[in-house]
Amino acid sequence: MSTPLLTVSHLEKSYQKTHILHDISFDLDAGEVLTLLGPSGSGKSTLLRCLNGLEAFQAGTLTFAGEVITQKAKQWQQLRQQIGMVFQSYDLFPNRTVLENILLGPLKVQKRSRETVLPEVEKLLQQVGMRDYRDAYPRQLSGGQKQRIAIVRALALKPRLMLFDEVTASLDPEMVRDVLTIIRQLADTHQMTMLVVTHEMDFAQQISDQVLFLADGRIQEQTPGPQFFKRPQTSRAQNFLASMDF
Amino acid sequence: MAHSGIDVLTMGSNFWRLLGGLWITIRIALVASIIGILLGSLLGILRTLPNRPLRVVLRLYLEFFRIVPTVVLLFLFYYILPKQFNLNLPANQVATLVFALWVAAEMSDIVRGALQSVSTHQREAGQAIGLNYWQLQRYVLIPQAWPLCLPATVNLLTRVVKTTSLLMLISVMDVINIGQQIIEANNKTDPNGVFWIYGIIFLFYFLINYPLSRWAKHLTQHQLEATHL
Ligand SMILES: Nc1ncnc2c1ncn2[C@@H]1O[C@H](COP(=O)(O)OP(=O)(O)OP(=O)(O)O)[C@@H](O)[C@H]1O
Ligand SMILES: [Mg+2]
Repeated sequence: MSTPLLTVSHLEKSYQKTHILHDISFDLDAGEVLTLLGPSGSGKSTLLRCLNGLEAFQAGTLTFAGEVITQKAKQWQQLRQQIGMVFQSYDLFPNRTVLENILLGPLKVQKRSRETVLPEVEKLLQQVGMRDYRDAYPRQLSGGQKQRIAIVRALALKPRLMLFDEVTASLDPEMVRDVLTIIRQLADTHQMTMLVVTHEMDFAQQISDQVLFLADGRIQEQTPGPQFFKRPQTSRAQNFLASMDF
Repeated sequence: MAHSGIDVLTMGSNFWRLLGGLWITIRIALVASIIGILLGSLLGILRTLPNRPLRVVLRLYLEFFRIVPTVVLLFLFYYILPKQFNLNLPANQVATLVFALWVAAEMSDIVRGALQSVSTHQREAGQAIGLNYWQLQRYVLIPQAWPLCLPATVNLLTRVVKTTSLLMLISVMDVINIGQQIIEANNKTDPNGVFWIYGIIFLFYFLINYPLSRWAKHLTQHQLEATHL
């Protein structure tokens, strides 16, 4: 067995006095899709942000590709090129065109040449059906289009792990499917390793290799995807699925 | 001939002397503004760092220049610096220095406010693609903050221009000081000259500041519309 791409062990996170995450431990193998489910306020976003250095944690260790993460700013800057993150609110840079948004990381952070990056980016844009929008500004795009560009912006750095935090939560229903399809393709055809937070249960069922069920800042259960949706191990997870009309 | 006093303006080189004074006023305002805006922008960026002692020091600097009236600052620098520090600067340079430090202080607050009003989401999106601190400033925060700074900065410039009227107090040969001299020299023959001189000075200041304040208004309006899109 090869070593996992990401290992989280005994992670503890608090804001000032409130303890948010308790003793979080799990492994994520390369090519695997892990879905993080749980009620609102259970700490899903906080956990994802810890894995990308947007939040510091107080105890525990993160190991990414065999390297222990020391939480130094320099190291996070390096790691973020390998750990992409997409947010609920897309957060494209409003003053830059679609192409400029996407190229910023590869050109300025990775210092790659425009000639080598451009063909890759065009291919990605093609895959998400946004090839004709490379010179548009974010304000000219719909929510679903913005989110597709935000995904391409993260992928352009060629990450080894992608973190998705409720990326369809602020989209109109008819746009949700397009974005979810893109994420599914990423898993199916590109074997991208992913950690996904979502409220779309059908999508979660289709995509999950493993489900991590979180409540009150603790992992309640970790269960293979198909099994979780048929027969969750804990009653809290059962109630949660019932509350999601699943 | 009963004269209205307008010949005070046309007499000899009076008008040209006034223009010369105006040039000195403008030059001080301009040089001080440029230095002040550059220095203040840097200080504004530094004030967003999570370094507490640095923030306190820069905050004190701002409050000092905000609380102490400009007249007092001018006197302080003009009369006390040479005595205490043996630093003898010509009045023009003292004036430029004081104004530049004042503009820098005000500017640092404008820039800090604008940078902090760029949403945390933008900051985090930039961090998430691996930008380091200065790249984040340069590619994400500053380009979004600077349009927010513009109206306040232009407003500050109009205040600078207006405040230059204090320069005569430390004997800078600015437009008002020269006007005063002309008035005094012609007081006997032309008692009405004072109206014309101050009239023309009023016109000068108006011509500079009116476009500036219109511009500031326009920018503010523009911004309101942009944020309500
Ligand atoms: N910056 C913060 N300071 C203090 N408490 C915070 C902060 N951010 C989040 N929290 C708290 O941490 C807990 C977990 O929040 P988190 O956003 O991770 O939940 P979540 O599972 O993502 O919820 P949702 O499904 O609503 O997005 C909540 O109780 C929240 O109030
Ligand atoms: Mg959340």
